[in-house]
Amino acid sequence: MFKVSNLSKSFTLHHQEKTQINVLRGISFKVKKGECVALTGPSGAGKSTLMRMLYGNYLATNGSIKIDSLELVGAEPQQILDIRRHHIGYVSQFLQVLPRVSALRVVAEPLIAAGRTSNDAKARAAEILTQLRIPEALWTLSPLTFSGGEQQRVNIARGFSHHYPAMLLDEPTASLDPENRQTVLDLIYEAKTRDTAIIGIFHDQAARDAVCDSEIEINALQQQAVVS
Amino acid sequence: MTSINPNSMTDDYNFAYLDEQTKRMIRRGLLKAIAIPGYQVPFASREMPMPYGWGTGGVQVTSACLTPDDTIKVIDQGADDTTNAVSIRQFFEKTALVNTTTDTEAASLIQTRHRIPEHDLSEGQILVYQVPIPEPLRFLEPRERETRKMHALSEYGLMHVKLYEDIAHHGHIATSYAYPVKVEERYVMDPSPIPKFDNPKMANCPALQLFGAGREQRLYAIPPYCNVVSLDFEDYPFTRLKADTICALCAANDSYLDEVIIDDSGTRMYVCSDTHYCEDRQSKGHTGTANSLDDPDNVDRPISNKGGDNAASV
Amino acid sequence: MQPLFEARGISKSYGSIIGCSDVNLTLYPGEVIGIVGESGSGKSTLLNCLSAQIIPDNGEVLFRSPSHGDVNILQLTEANQRYLARTEWAYVHQNPRDGLRMSVSAGGNIGERLMNIGNRHYGNIRDTAEDWMERVELNVGRIDHRPSTFSGGMQQRLQIARNLVTGPRLIFMDEPTGGLDVSVQARLLDLLRSLVQKLSLSVIIVTHDLAVVRMLADKMVVMQRGNVVETGLADQVLDDPQHPYTQLLVSSILRV
Repeated sequence: MFKVSNLSKSFTLHHQEKTQINVLRGISFKVKKGECVALTGPSGAGKSTLMRMLYGNYLATNGSIKIDSLELVGAEPQQILDIRRHHIGYVSQFLQVLPRVSALRVVAEPLIAAGRTSNDAKARAAEILTQLRIPEALWTLSPLTFSGGEQQRVNIARGFSHHYPAMLLDEPTASLDPENRQTVLDLIYEAKTRDTAIIGIFHDQAARDAVCDSEIEINALQQQAVVS
Repeated sequence: MTSINPNSMTDDYNFAYLDEQTKRMIRRGLLKAIAIPGYQVPFASREMPMPYGWGTGGVQVTSACLTPDDTIKVIDQGADDTTNAVSIRQFFEKTALVNTTTDTEAASLIQTRHRIPEHDLSEGQILVYQVPIPEPLRFLEPRERETRKMHALSEYGLMHVKLYEDIAHHGHIATSYAYPVKVEERYVMDPSPIPKFDNPKMANCPALQLFGAGREQRLYAIPPYCNVVSLDFEDYPFTRLKADTICALCAANDSYLDEVIIDDSGTRMYVCSDTHYCEDRQSKGHTGTANSLDDPDNVDRPISNKGGDNAASV
Repeated sequence: MQPLFEARGISKSYGSIIGCSDVNLTLYPGEVIGIVGESGSGKSTLLNCLSAQIIPDNGEVLFRSPSHGDVNILQLTEANQRYLARTEWAYVHQNPRDGLRMSVSAGGNIGERLMNIGNRHYGNIRDTAEDWMERVELNVGRIDHRPSTFSGGMQQRLQIARNLVTGPRLIFMDEPTGGLDVSVQARLLDLLRSLVQKLSLSVIIVTHDLAVVRMLADKMVVMQRGNVVETGLADQVLDDPQHPYTQLLVSSILRV
């Protein structure tokens, strides 16, 4: 599903004496359908940078990222938008939402973008919000008014509402109580049984052990990635 | 009134006041206006010996059209005997030595302000309108450059915006004069401030209708037997409008009526605005309530002293 | 999927001053593209060229028109340009006074485009105007009020309703939130966003406010001194800017 070859990323800070920061170099790995892979490595190693590159949010400096047969590096913006609509879901570390948009709509939006009808999307959104124990009274409110844990669960609901063939998870179980943590792990497990390829960052060792099939260590020297 | 020899012009004025070059220029403009019904043709309006607003556009058109054999009639709000009508009539008597009349049928050229005569016009007659503002789109779109473009491209939705506003604010199309028309399915035209009661008379009219705006320097025309349609909505069709009563002098029920306040307590009387039409009827024996008895105070007559909402559609 | 709109090699100079130079831009159905840059960077000149309000010195503007097929907008007759401009595309001005008739009621403002394309049924026009007032969250009870009695945010929403009533495919917007209070801006942006989604509108929006781009745009174009210095996915350009000028622009945002 994912095929990453010789991927590099460096940032050039033009306004800070043109400092060049090499974050990743020569990363190569594959993730198969139905497989869940954890990115590991110390803080600052470039795990989140790699996740963002896999989602097209950061540009790759060199190398190739293939999702199925679709090449992400150098793709036209509308191709990336299409990949995001249909092929790859992303649960970021923090929920980013716009003011005034209700929780139900936040969760339903990826479904609508993927082509589901509004009613259909809302029904599915309600289902997964219920599964993640967001009280129905909150659905019409903006998640900006929610607690941190509730926001994170809305974020997960949004990420899992549509059944993407590939998913990127950035700390999905952080700041969750044990019950909800288990629900999220169940969701990940269900996704795997649907043959979803998953790449995640899990600081929660137990969660990693529960769902991940293998680990990719991003080297602390920021030079090499080692596949274990 | 005497017959005029064309060679016996006064020494003081060229025939009909304007010089021949100016009249030619206006006639060329008029020919173009006739060729493109409803289209506003610019022309080099001259200073006339009367103020703007007194019909300088109409007077120039009349001057350009007049021949020594013409008989002219001048009306102001339908009346032959008001100041504006009298002075313009005298102007042409003096400068063109033409015959004048108050008889609609006898006139070969009629200059009018704010009315179309009640009597049907006939072939060979010319009706000259005095026009204050020729641009029907002016009040919604003040940019002349833009309104000309709108005419050129037949973009007339804005005209209906005005009618929409009328209905929205008054419940019906409250525009009662200068009611816009579309000529020959092409140009939208301001018919000058005639009451909308007169609008249907412009359509399929045997006479030539010419419009002159002196201050604005525009000429336009409706040739005989043209299609002239008053704009409206499907669910708010055009209606004529007149006072819902009959003339107090001649009992006419089909003519446009003026409301006249006749005493200090606000008593009103409705009489034909077309004075010739009214007098003609009276001379044929039609009598209204106001002149059926010697003492008008004792007569049962269609006089109202309540408010002025006697308007009704006919 | 075919592009809805494509600009190729658009250049416009004012004497020796470059308005915009060799700009290329592609817009697909349902996409929102943000054009950013500081004052004088040429973004308004570009918008005016793209919407055929000024004719560029070079370049072509292709539009996939539902009624006219594939057309080069700049080569259409003025009559056709104006027809398309009031049916299949729309232009939302920064100052609502430039896009509204201030002496005409809200209903008349919304109805004008319908009357322009030949609608002659008062009742239908009014029903549609009421519907659109609701859609842009204006009180229908104010349908007969003039926009001069509306607040700035209400005027801007009215301008949007007036533009969208004929179901355009493509909307040009010039700083639509400029001059509005922050809270009013947020409401307007949210409204725009939901309309864009519901109606699958394509939008070209000029703004100097990167938050507007973050909120609305799929793609963005960064302009500096008449040149496009960076283009790409909006979130990618904002999060991983490549060009020095874009980095400066992004790093200049105050975070609250």
